[in-house]
Amino acid sequence: MPNSLIKKKSRIQDTVLYICIYFSAAISVLLLIGIIGYVLVKGIGSINLEFLTKATSAIDGTTGIAGNIINTLYIIVITLLIATPIGVGSAIFLNEYAKPGRFVRIVEFTTETLAGIPSIIFGLFGMVFFGNTLKLGYSILSGAFTLTLMILPLITRNTQEALKTVPNSYRSGALGIGATKWYMIRTILLPSAMPGIITGIILAVGRIVGESAALLFTAGSGYILPKTPIGYFTKIFESGGTMTIQLYLSMSKGQYSIAFGIAVVLLVIVVGINFLTKFLAKKFDTGRRD
Amino acid sequence: MMKNVKIKTRNLDLYYGENHALKDINIDIEEKAITALIGPSGCGKSTYLKTLNRMNDFVNGVKITGEITLDGENIYAPGVDTTLLRKKVGMVFQQPNPFPMSIYDNIAYGPRLEGIRSRLRLDEIVETSLKQAAIWDEVKDRLKKSALGLSGGQQQRLCIARALAVQPEVLLMDEPTSALDPVSTLKIEELADELKKEYTIIIVTHNMQQAARISDRTAFFLLGEVIEDGKTEQMFSVPKDKRTEDYITGRFG
Repeated sequence: MPNSLIKKKSRIQDTVLYICIYFSAAISVLLLIGIIGYVLVKGIGSINLEFLTKATSAIDGTTGIAGNIINTLYIIVITLLIATPIGVGSAIFLNEYAKPGRFVRIVEFTTETLAGIPSIIFGLFGMVFFGNTLKLGYSILSGAFTLTLMILPLITRNTQEALKTVPNSYRSGALGIGATKWYMIRTILLPSAMPGIITGIILAVGRIVGESAALLFTAGSGYILPKTPIGYFTKIFESGGTMTIQLYLSMSKGQYSIAFGIAVVLLVIVVGINFLTKFLAKKFDTGRRD
Repeated sequence: MMKNVKIKTRNLDLYYGENHALKDINIDIEEKAITALIGPSGCGKSTYLKTLNRMNDFVNGVKITGEITLDGENIYAPGVDTTLLRKKVGMVFQQPNPFPMSIYDNIAYGPRLEGIRSRLRLDEIVETSLKQAAIWDEVKDRLKKSALGLSGGQQQRLCIARALAVQPEVLLMDEPTSALDPVSTLKIEELADELKKEYTIIIVTHNMQQAARISDRTAFFLLGEVIEDGKTEQMFSVPKDKRTEDYITGRFG
């Protein structure tokens, strides 16, 4: 039957291509699993209660990263406290208030460029400006300010993209029954854009956790735990290295077991953040459907 | 002659940049009646509708001259609070646009905006508004469910209920049935007929039969001008202008 629709032979190119694609997918998955597995195997042995709850001290004879964990939390919280309102605010301004035109394009171009600048340049600026000019020296505050500059574009862009996907009919609907613009933004736009905003924040947390170059010369590398309750407040004016900084320093000193221990903790945090993103994005999305 | 004039438009001109979109409009809108605005696409009928609650204010480069009075008060006078105006002159859009929240919260949106917080009072408003919009029976058991789960026709009646919840005096409807099926369209038309007892309704429509069926008065727009306006029966039986006749008999548009 010359006109039959039955395929006579599977084409060779198709098969070859199929194998190639399958192979690349397998490689990327295997690489990921391989790296994670290697780090886990090497690092899991270093992790114990002391490692997570004590700071390294020659006097007490302890080895631990509790100080670094706390520093990391401080820097995340302070950075987000400053960057989120500014980032979300400027996104609202750009998208809802500014007239589309040259100014908005320039600001958008600038934020995009800022997002692509190597982090060591932020570190250089932070050290000179926050550290020297503002006399903050090596401190958690100085590091948090530097990271604020770095993640601001991330939060702004994500919020802006989220706002752009909110249908205009919501805006006119709210304004049409006499809502003021700000009321409309607060009750309709921000809740609708929430998944996007949260994604931006979580990505920012990821960058903060993973950052080393911008922090090394701003937040410094202190790793001790505060000794008094007041110390938990004054800490922000003192040097404090995040886990990633400590990982870098441990590597450079050849303390690989500590380094792998920190790596395991970081990996767990990153995986946790990913789950949290998915969970929160879903949670805030439920208002949209039955 | 008209019983009571609710909205008076005098020498209204509107420009979008260089484009002269409305030319010297003079119409009176009768109170507690349905006025239909008809005309081919791009004739300015929707633009005119939006001048009545100043929704055109959000368009960049728009310029408006002339006067529109609501109960004798010029809504384009300096110092007019547009949010108050929009509470008095509610709007229903072409595409049903419920907010991404529950049915209850959609209706309560306007009242909450006015600062009403009492649960009892809100419950009451929600129920009355949904009953007025003839959708209460269909949604009373699912008030807490998302409004986006409703059908298109139900969504549009929900939007009407949402507009009614702030107790407007005028209801603007911008082709409210063009995105709906015939059954839902009929429901909205019946609803409009019921609502005109209490509200002044202005409806933009592409559907000649719809205008003839439900409106008391009709204004025919062409290229930014009002060619003819008057009682619907009269206009559809003995139009004064040749162009009106051509349009309503389907010769163009």
